[in-house]
Amino acid sequence: MKQTPYSRTRSPEPKKEKTRGGGGTAMRVIVPLQGVVQGRGGLVLGSIIPCALFYFLQFYLNRHRNEPDDENESNSPGQNQTTRSPSSGQLAEHPGLTRNLSRVLLSPRSPRGPVSVSGRVSGIVKDAESPYYVGLRRVKEDPYDEVDNPNGVIQMGLAENKLSLDLVKDWLAGNVKEAILGNGKELTIGGIATYQPFDGLMEFKVAVAGFMSQVMEQATSCDPSQIVLTSGATPAIEILSFCLADAGNAFLVPTPYYPGFDRDVKWRTGVEIVHVPCRSADNFSLSIAALDRAFNQAKKRGMKVRGIIISNPSNPVGNLMSQETLYSLLDFAREKNIHIVSNEILAGCTHGKEKFVSMAEIIDLEDVDRKRVHIVYGLSKDLSLPGFRVGVIYSLNEEVLAAAKKLTRFSSISAPTQRLLISMLSDAKFVQTFITVNRERLQRMYVQFVGGLKKLGIECIKSSGGFYCWANMSGLISSYSEKGELKLWDKLLNIAKLNVTPGSSCHCIEPGWFRFCFATLTEKDIPVVMERIQKISEICKLNS
Amino acid sequence: MTLTRSIQYPNPEPEVQTRKPGRATAMRLIVPLQGVVQGRGGLIFGSLIPCALFYFLQLYLKRHRSSNSRSNPPSPSTSSPNLAEITRTSSRSNLLSRGLIGPVRISSRAMSIAKPNDSPYYIGLDKASEDPYDRISNPDGVIQLGLLENRLCFDLIAKWMSENLSDSMMGREGGDLSISGITTYQPVDGTMELKLAMAGFMSRVMGGTVSFEPSQMVLTAGATPAIETLCFCLADHGNAFLVPTPYYPGFDRDVKWRTGVELIPVHCRSTDNFILSITALDQAFNQTRKRGTKIRGILLSNPANPVGNLLSREMLYNLLDFAREKNIHIISDEIFAGTMYGNEEFVSMAEVLDSENFDKNRVHIVYGLSKDLSLPGFRVGMIYSFNENVLAAARKLTRFSSISALTQRLVVSMLLDTRFIEEYIETNKKRVQNMRDLFVAGLKTLGIRCADSSAGFCCWADMSKLIPTYSEKGELELWDKLLNVAKINVTPGSACHCIEPGWFRCCFTTLAQEDIPVVMERIRKVADTSTLCS
Repeated sequence: MKQTPYSRTRSPEPKKEKTRGGGGTAMRVIVPLQGVVQGRGGLVLGSIIPCALFYFLQFYLNRHRNEPDDENESNSPGQNQTTRSPSSGQLAEHPGLTRNLSRVLLSPRSPRGPVSVSGRVSGIVKDAESPYYVGLRRVKEDPYDEVDNPNGVIQMGLAENKLSLDLVKDWLAGNVKEAILGNGKELTIGGIATYQPFDGLMEFKVAVAGFMSQVMEQATSCDPSQIVLTSGATPAIEILSFCLADAGNAFLVPTPYYPGFDRDVKWRTGVEIVHVPCRSADNFSLSIAALDRAFNQAKKRGMKVRGIIISNPSNPVGNLMSQETLYSLLDFAREKNIHIVSNEILAGCTHGKEKFVSMAEIIDLEDVDRKRVHIVYGLSKDLSLPGFRVGVIYSLNEEVLAAAKKLTRFSSISAPTQRLLISMLSDAKFVQTFITVNRERLQRMYVQFVGGLKKLGIECIKSSGGFYCWANMSGLISSYSEKGELKLWDKLLNIAKLNVTPGSSCHCIEPGWFRFCFATLTEKDIPVVMERIQKISEICKLNS
Repeated sequence: MTLTRSIQYPNPEPEVQTRKPGRATAMRLIVPLQGVVQGRGGLIFGSLIPCALFYFLQLYLKRHRSSNSRSNPPSPSTSSPNLAEITRTSSRSNLLSRGLIGPVRISSRAMSIAKPNDSPYYIGLDKASEDPYDRISNPDGVIQLGLLENRLCFDLIAKWMSENLSDSMMGREGGDLSISGITTYQPVDGTMELKLAMAGFMSRVMGGTVSFEPSQMVLTAGATPAIETLCFCLADHGNAFLVPTPYYPGFDRDVKWRTGVELIPVHCRSTDNFILSITALDQAFNQTRKRGTKIRGILLSNPANPVGNLLSREMLYNLLDFAREKNIHIISDEIFAGTMYGNEEFVSMAEVLDSENFDKNRVHIVYGLSKDLSLPGFRVGMIYSFNENVLAAARKLTRFSSISALTQRLVVSMLLDTRFIEEYIETNKKRVQNMRDLFVAGLKTLGIRCADSSAGFCCWADMSKLIPTYSEKGELELWDKLLNVAKINVTPGSACHCIEPGWFRCCFTTLAQEDIPVVMERIRKVADTSTLCS
């Protein structure tokens, strides 16, 4: 097909040459010209044909790329041993088939190996355990107890607050039955056993909205209709990632950040995280310049940035974002036309004198474009009820709310829990006492713990929120690198039996930083912890 | 090919020829040859250069396509509204005029989810929840027959709760340990106590013929996330599952929304009493494969929702053979296992696997307490799998849908109260059967036939005589009349992807016995007008 026009365009020209032929000088001109002329026809065809071929090649490759991938999956480690001998496995299975069904005959027809899991979860299954999760597991196996197991591992890696559990317990002991069943029993059983709205009961949303504005010191009023409730803040973050970004898009996240984000944001959504490094020189506070740099780099790499995820009060550092930073962030987001996800789950756990400013407050005050701001909240930290799995998405974007409401079918809160919490949060006296007492206790623990570390020569970044201190142990690490940091972490976990979170798990750019969660301890534990750290620091100093 | 051959042949000659120019006869050879030679160089360059250009063109188009689509809808009138907005004197605000600013967009996948409901299933549910029927306070409200919920035994649950709630929460002695056991972080895939209790309950419900291994369980906040999690684990974006129709309308959301997995309907017909045939399965498999979609499994509900029939043991064997032959997974949704009321015997996939030497790795069972213990509000669901990789992944994924520890505690003590469980199962079975008989008999007097069923909370009724035209349109017209004139919310067959028009799913366990005459009266009114019209 394609060759025929080629030869046809060429054929008239030799005839022309024949009539003119003979002149040697003319030839010098003609021959190259002829080449050009011929080349012209060739140029068109020579362009179209390879293009078409190249296009089909790409098409072919695209089609077939999937299949080799699948073969890789089934060959993935863990299944290797079984795939190697599919036929023998098959033979071995046959004696088991005692049944004489007609279709058994069909089975040997096609090759069958063990059935594989999907490619996207094979990564999750293998997922190399980060120190964060390794440490948590170690604690579970051998938890410290003052009396029963004084040599166990002390848990300081889980952001959990046990300081005020007694208050919750007292309340529950007095109110649990009335809270769940109400007083008119017949009526309310229908209210807890039957299907409920997936995104939470309206009464519960009202109660949560009230609690949120109380925690944020009345500075904001949350509209219950803008709230979507989920089973914990983890799914709240995942749902927002689904709603704001498509697979392959990215979020900017200032480092160091909460290690769980890597799972919550990336695993199922296919969204990427672009790190925005913060440094100790700035007290790990976010700078817009770094944000801008990360944004441009990501853009250059062809990645579409859909938003910023911040934690305020930050986890792990525990510092707060100033009003000015929040304004700059909003401006930045508007300039780039991206979203802001503000994780304010620790809003009620501030313990310093500094005042917490919620993103909700800023967008309340200003006439800014509210549709790009989404707040994540929950009761796991502020009410110390992580076991109850209550998370909140607060957004002013109707589309996000509509999609999130529908997606909560996959992570809804059980009705008895909601009923119980409605009456707990409606008990204004209890809530007020809890918030005040909890803040006092956090403050006291924080001062004691940081003081203890200081005595050992370990400095912490000044923090005003959360259950942790972010300690600089770079003096104790053998080499100023991630490797050195992990070596120290290993020593802390296995020799001192302290589970702490190394900075590298939080993607901190500087080695030697560690997150110590002190709210899981009692005051009596602090000397034990300090003694154990001292032991390690002596070992480290001996070695160096 | 022929072209290259002709080039290679004359290759050495041009050099010879060019040395003796001037001869006209030689020219005849030289000129075309020269062209070919130049053409050869040209052929290489002419291939490479356009290829490269074409490649860059594609790259350019790809890049610009995404950025265009971003700013497309919001771009009109970008500058003027923004000027009005900026009242603050922040230093950075002068930067704003630089970039193109419009309202920020949500992701395209969320966009399709955020769209208002278009399925009659969800429209009906919304309508019924806005204006619910109540015998006394709202006798003209919409009667809910569209939601599979069992309210027949609430009295038993209420009684148990009022007697045992405080004890189960706080421990009998009001112990210290119990409180931290519910407020602190728990394993995201469920506590061991609940898994043990569930194992006991499941084998009791399934007739005591199977035993379940707690270590193979992953607990989720309802069966809905259990199905979604399994889809994530078994299929990649663009893969597909085979699903026999009619199927539960929620599958379209559970399976497809976030996972990007497709559902391929395998049609069952009324002539077979909507029982699945392997031939139909095979046909659907081959057709899908031809279209280039990869099938990763079969998604079954047994007992079937909406029809309420069971898969026979023979059928389960055939399915397992089919799955092995095609090397695909089987997800068996057995959430209705405990709602049996007929004499037929329910056979769980787990039982078949127990008795034979099958490759268990490909079988995954979904279960939950929403139907069998009528506790949908508690959100307790389960994945029971024999595949270690699936279990490992599912355990990690339950961080997104874990059950509240308080609820777990409550359910554990409920399930361990064997006296209560026995009483509940027996009473519930009797009441469901009684309601079903009454309801089916009522429909029969109206000339409406139901498919044979032996489990579940609904009957699958053939109203094809009442529809104005034998098509999906006719069916939806009747559904609309039932919802808006008769004020009865039923699920039309088309929402369940039934291939034959005129079938409706009516759930009878949300009713009280006194409501049945009301429902029948309302249906009769619609039936009368329908027959008048036709």
